[in-house]
Order: sequence, then C-alpha cells, then structure tokens
Amino acid sequence: MRYYLYKTSMFILTLVMVSLIIFFVFQLLPGNPAQIILGLDADEQQIRNLEQELGLERPATERYIDWIAGVFQGNLGESLRYQLPVSEVLADRIPVTMSLAVFSMLLTILVGFPLGILIARTDGKFISVFLSMITQLGISIPSFWFGFMLILLFSVILKWFPTFGYVPWSEDFFGALRAYFLPSLAIAISNIAVVIRYLRNTILDQKKMDYVRTATCKGLSERAILYRHVLRNAFIPVLTIIGLITADTLGGSIIIENVFALPGLGNLLIQSITSRDFPLVQSMVLYIAVIVLVINFMVDLLYKLIDPRISKRGEQL
Amino acid sequence: MKKNGFKLLIFLSLISLLLTACSNDSKKNEDKSAKANDEAKSGGIVRIAMSTEIDNLDPYQSAATDTMSMMDNVYDGLLDTNEAGELVPAIAASYEVSDDGQVYTFKLKKDVTFHDGSKLTSKDVKYSYEKLAGLSGGEAISSQFEIIKKIEAPSDLEVVITLKEKNSAFLAATIRPIVPADYNKHSEKPIGAGPFKFEDYKVGQELRLVKNENYYDQEKVPKIDEVQFKIMPDQESAILAMKSGEIDVIPGISSQGKQQLDDLIETVSAPQNMVQLMALNNKVKPLDDPNVRKAINLAIDKDMIIETVAEGEGVKLGSNFSPSMEFYCQEGLEDTYKTNPEEAKKLLEKAGYPDGFTLELTVPSDYQFHVDTAQVIADQLSQVGIKVDIKLIEFSTWLEKVYNEAQYESTIIGFTGKLDPYEILLRYVSDYKNNFVKYENKEYDQLIRQALVETDVEEIVNIYKQAQTLLTEDAASVFIMDPYRTVAMKKGLKGWKMYPIQKFNLEDLYYTE
Repeated sequence: MRYYLYKTSMFILTLVMVSLIIFFVFQLLPGNPAQIILGLDADEQQIRNLEQELGLERPATERYIDWIAGVFQGNLGESLRYQLPVSEVLADRIPVTMSLAVFSMLLTILVGFPLGILIARTDGKFISVFLSMITQLGISIPSFWFGFMLILLFSVILKWFPTFGYVPWSEDFFGALRAYFLPSLAIAISNIAVVIRYLRNTILDQKKMDYVRTATCKGLSERAILYRHVLRNAFIPVLTIIGLITADTLGGSIIIENVFALPGLGNLLIQSITSRDFPLVQSMVLYIAVIVLVINFMVDLLYKLIDPRISKRGEQL
Repeated sequence: MKKNGFKLLIFLSLISLLLTACSNDSKKNEDKSAKANDEAKSGGIVRIAMSTEIDNLDPYQSAATDTMSMMDNVYDGLLDTNEAGELVPAIAASYEVSDDGQVYTFKLKKDVTFHDGSKLTSKDVKYSYEKLAGLSGGEAISSQFEIIKKIEAPSDLEVVITLKEKNSAFLAATIRPIVPADYNKHSEKPIGAGPFKFEDYKVGQELRLVKNENYYDQEKVPKIDEVQFKIMPDQESAILAMKSGEIDVIPGISSQGKQQLDDLIETVSAPQNMVQLMALNNKVKPLDDPNVRKAINLAIDKDMIIETVAEGEGVKLGSNFSPSMEFYCQEGLEDTYKTNPEEAKKLLEKAGYPDGFTLELTVPSDYQFHVDTAQVIADQLSQVGIKVDIKLIEFSTWLEKVYNEAQYESTIIGFTGKLDPYEILLRYVSDYKNNFVKYENKEYDQLIRQALVETDVEEIVNIYKQAQTLLTEDAASVFIMDPYRTVAMKKGLKGWKMYPIQKFNLEDLYYTE
C-alpha cells in the first residue's frame, strides 16, 4: 500500500516538475504567437486583435498558473494556433498516433521475438551471422529513408498501398489497415532490429549462467531449458527496451508522420513549438510524460510477473 | 460505407458528364492555341498537394497565404484581379469614384447567390465591410478597411462607401471576401458566393470543394467537379504521390522535383511578384554609410545568384518592386549597380574600410532558398574583403528579433506580392512599424503619402516610380530577384494561370484527356 502511495505522489511530482521546466525553457524562446500565426504580411491591427483574442497581453506566469489550475480540473486550455480546446485538437491526432504505435509494436514483437530467438539458437551458424548483419543495417539506416523506399517500392512501382494519408478504422477497416501498414513498417524496422539484437545478446548471456549448466546436468533438453528457464530471465532486459520503444512511438513519430502525411502527434508537436502555441506544447509534453510514466509503471508490474524476486525487493523499499 | 456511396455517386456523375462533354462542350475552350487533343472536357477531380496546414476556414480570421488561396475559390469579393494585376469586376458589375476620391459607389450584379441559395444583396456587402472596418462593434479586422467612414445600402444592388480621407490603395482591398450577413459559422461551414462550394474538411488532412453549378458568372462555372487539397508537409512525399498518380497538382515545386517528375507533368512557370532581398540595417555601422551599401550592391552578382540558386528561374530586380506589376514598375533600375568588385573596393576605401569588415548575415533556416542565396553572397562579398558571418535562425525567432525588433545587421527574406504598390512600398516609410531596414528618407515618406491622396492614375504611377528610384539610389538594400513560382500539373490538366498574388484559379482548370 505504502508502495503505491509513494509511486502516485512521485508520479504527480514528476509531472509538475516536467511542466515547470518546459515553462521556463519556453520563456527563453523569442517569438510572438500572434505574429507567427499571421505571418510577414499581417497588418498591425490584425496582430493587436489576435493578441487580445488569445489573451497574450497577460504576463506569461499568470497564463501558466491559469493553465495548470485548469489541468487539475481536467481542462487543458485552448490552443493558440488552432483556436480550439487543446483536448479537441489532441483527440483528432491521438487515434492516428495510437494506431501507428500499436501496429508497429505488434510488428516489432511478432517479427522481433521469433527472429531474436532464432539467431540466439543458431549462434555461430551462417544464418545467424547473416541476420546479424541485416539488423546492423536496420539500426543504422534512418527511418525516413525506409519510409521513402517503401513508398517507392510498394506505392509507386507496385501500387499495393496508398502513398499517403489514412482512413479512420470506423469507416473502412481494411482500408485503414492498408494505409497504416507502410508507415508502421517504417517505424518498426529499426525497432525490430533493436529487439532482435537485444534478445540475442541476453539469451546468449543467460546461457552461460550456472543454472543452465545445472539444468543441462539434470538432463533437460536444450529446447526445454531455453523456453522454460532462459527466456524468462532474458525477457527482463528486453522488456525495458520494449517499454522505451513503446513510449517513444506513442509520443508520435515526427519524421514518419511527415513522410506519409499523417496528422499525428509528432507532426503536431513540431508545429506547436514553431508557432509558440504554449498551451498545446505544455499539454503535449504532459501527455508524453504521462505515457512514459505509465509505461514505466507497467513495465515494473510485468517485471514482478516474470520474476517474483523483484516483487520482494520492491516491497522492502 | 457512407463515403464509398458518395464516391460512387461522384464516379457516376463524372461518367455522365464525360458523355455529355463529348457531344457539345468543345467550343468552350478559350485557349487560342488549342489543338485537337487540347479540347476541354468537363468533369474530373483535381487533387492538389499543399505543404502548410489550414489556419482557419473563416476568411476574416485566416491569415495564412495558402489558406486564403484555397478559400478564395469559395469566396468572391466585389472586385477580383486578372493576370496583369488589374482589378476586374466580380460581385460588383461596376463602380464609380467621386471627384474628391472619397466616395465609392458599387453596382452589384443581379442574381448573385450564396452557396446556401440566399441572394447576395447590398446588405451582405454592408455587413461584410462593417465587420472588416470594425464599424459594427469590435476592432477593425484589417487596417486597409479602417479608413472607411460609413457604408450605405440605398438599394439592393447599390453600395456606397465613404472614406475618412482620400486613399488610392482602397480599391485593391475590395478583393476581400463578401460573406452572408449575420452568418458566423464560417470556421465550421464556410458559405460564400465563389465558383466552388465547401464540401468538407478533415483537420490536418484534406479540404474538399465541389463545383458551384449556380455560379453567377456563367462563363466561369468550373469545368472540374471537385477539388481536394491534401495537406502534405513533405514535398518529397508529394512528388512520390504524384508519381503514383495520387496527386494531380503541386503548386510551387522545386527544380529537383521537376526533374524527378519530368515527363509525367506539365509546368507553368512565372515570376510571382515577390521581392527577394538582402536587407541591410541602415542604422547599424558600417551599413549606415550609403557608400558601404553601394559597395555591397556592386560586389554582388545577382545574375550569378539567379543562375545558381534559382537555376535561371528568376527576374533580376533593381528596387523593392517586381516587373510582374508592369504598370507601376520603374524599368532599368536593375542595372544601376553593375557588378564591379574594383569599384566596390574603391567605395569601401572611401568609406574608411580599405580592408573590409565582418558582416553578420542572419537567415531564416526554414527557407533553403534564402540559405543558398546567403552562401553565394558570402562568397561574392569575400572577394571585396567583406567577411560574411552567416547565422541561421528559426523563422519564428527571425520574426521577433529581425522583423519586429530590427536586431540584426543584414538578412535575406522574400516579400510576397500585394496588389497595390502602396502596400509594397509602405515598408520603407520611416515611421512604418515594420520598416526593419530602418531606411529613412523624408522625400520618400512624402512621395508615399502623396500617392495615397492623388486621384490621377498617371500621376500615381509616376510617384511610385520615383519612390522606387529613390530606394535604388540610396542603396537601401540589395534587391535580388523575383523567383519564379513553378506549378506542376499532371499531363492532360490545363488552365492554371499566374497572378501577381498567390491565387488559384481553379475554375479555369480542365482535363483534356
């Protein structure tokens, strides 16, 4: 009980700290949101009107306090750039990013796990060396390049998938599946490579452990040792990586969203920063922080499920 | 499912239109050079890639040029512009100006209707302009309209606008949209009287407009059925989408993009009434010395910049004015400072800088075109001993530091064109808020003021030409070029025209195959 109370208070404290840091950093950035929205050719009158409409004439600290007071009441404020409630702007974007994240994580796990185990099992053989080389490529090649290559191959030449845009799931399930496939794959490729390499290394490490020798002596088959004992231990560090990757994709992929013209969160974050849309930036940072914290927490829980020893250590804290 | 049904409907209507088109629609083609295979066909969908997001569908709240260009097809103004930048009748059939230049009387066309079917009358014009001028409570939306004293609607088809004082720049402002009186849901469902009707908008994704069959100008009822603006921030993606046939038009394509698409597209290229300049802060040392500014002008080879940065697609400028506004432009100024490094060195010596100096050049990194220009300029200036220190900053920061606060030595930027020379040349009036070049010349201020109250057109042209000459003689800055805008269209799509403002004349587009 004390453990959860401690976790929750840390959770809130972290969020407040994150938001404060963003606030101070943001104050250092020059740029007037009204002027940025209206651009080079705006006349003075327009800028003054907009400043008033957006409430920009009030000091930044006051606006920040108002915003954070609103957050505690479940109100994220109003976006300056879109002149809509932040929650509405986010509600438009989150499904896109969420779909990308879920889809690409599924691909990562479904492809990464079996391949990682395969490489570990065939360590030293040709297939393992070959796959390792490919994963090295997967890690070092940037995702936007994969994006363009996938478009070139599957959309321009083969015409199997659309080049850009998306369809909501509710409208056309298979259409959405098709539209999300390429961008999800572009995101997943480097993640798959990371998972494969990680899994391989930890499995090989675990295989050198004493308990494996004991089990072998006991007469267990190599297969049984791998699936019953080694994998369970090897999953713990891999889980950490999966957690990090998940948090990362849920925060939105700026480059892939731009390449495939998908209106997701990454795209929005960049825009909110260039347009100095303070309430939107703050809310998005808050969202990302919550995602990271929640996922870390879930990873913690999963640790305990996989390895009960960790749970005992936690309780003592 | 609903959407698929709709698609089918469009498809069917498309086919039926195509069938009728074959029989008797071929004479409509205005293109004189039309060949047999150039015949206009009715129908079709045009998908246009746009790189920026829509800021607001409400024409009075939007400020982004791209948004206005898109929505200009939904809303019409009293007047409109043609390719030469002349004002032509739109909703207004004609207008008269009183002798004292203060009273404008507009006669409206009969039978103009909004997209919701209601009639457009003088009441709507009055409502629109009072809103723009801030006469119906609230602040003025546009300072161009602030000079309106009162608006009267003596009959359904007549509007009388009285200005507080003479203002020759007012007429160009009447291209602003007319909206239906007392309707304020434009942000969700825009209603105008333009050639296209708003269909739907998916935030950050797509804006769809459909043909307005009841457009008041029967000659200009669109030939295509539907326009889809697709928001695509990455131009490389837009090019790939065009290759795979998912995009039909890219307005503003790079020369690399053009090469990539090559035989798939036809392009329309023309100067865009933009002034790309290397702005020199006239208030900082050593740029406050005209000789130094002249030396910089002499050291820079604009032809070389056009050749390398714009791949030849640009018009050399001599003042803050593009020749695409031919009527007002003072010719010959571009040769005032013929590239001459020797002469430049002499001037620098005269100004007390025989060994040159270090010049900071602040460039907004968002614009690769300006960054490239900066690099060429840095090289050219180094040959006369001026060491250029290029500093890249983000555009939002540029707006504040350079444009608003004039905290810079030199910068490179492009000013998009306006319809009236007053709006273009106002930038250099000494007490204008965003005169960030800090140019100060009493004679110039006087000229611009005079142009505003002058009623004789020839005299107005004369004054603006003098003003341009002053900017050149004082070497206020380095006026580089008006770069071409290149529109890429898929083969078989025709009719795109270029205007001195960024205007998409979608009603003229048609497919030939």
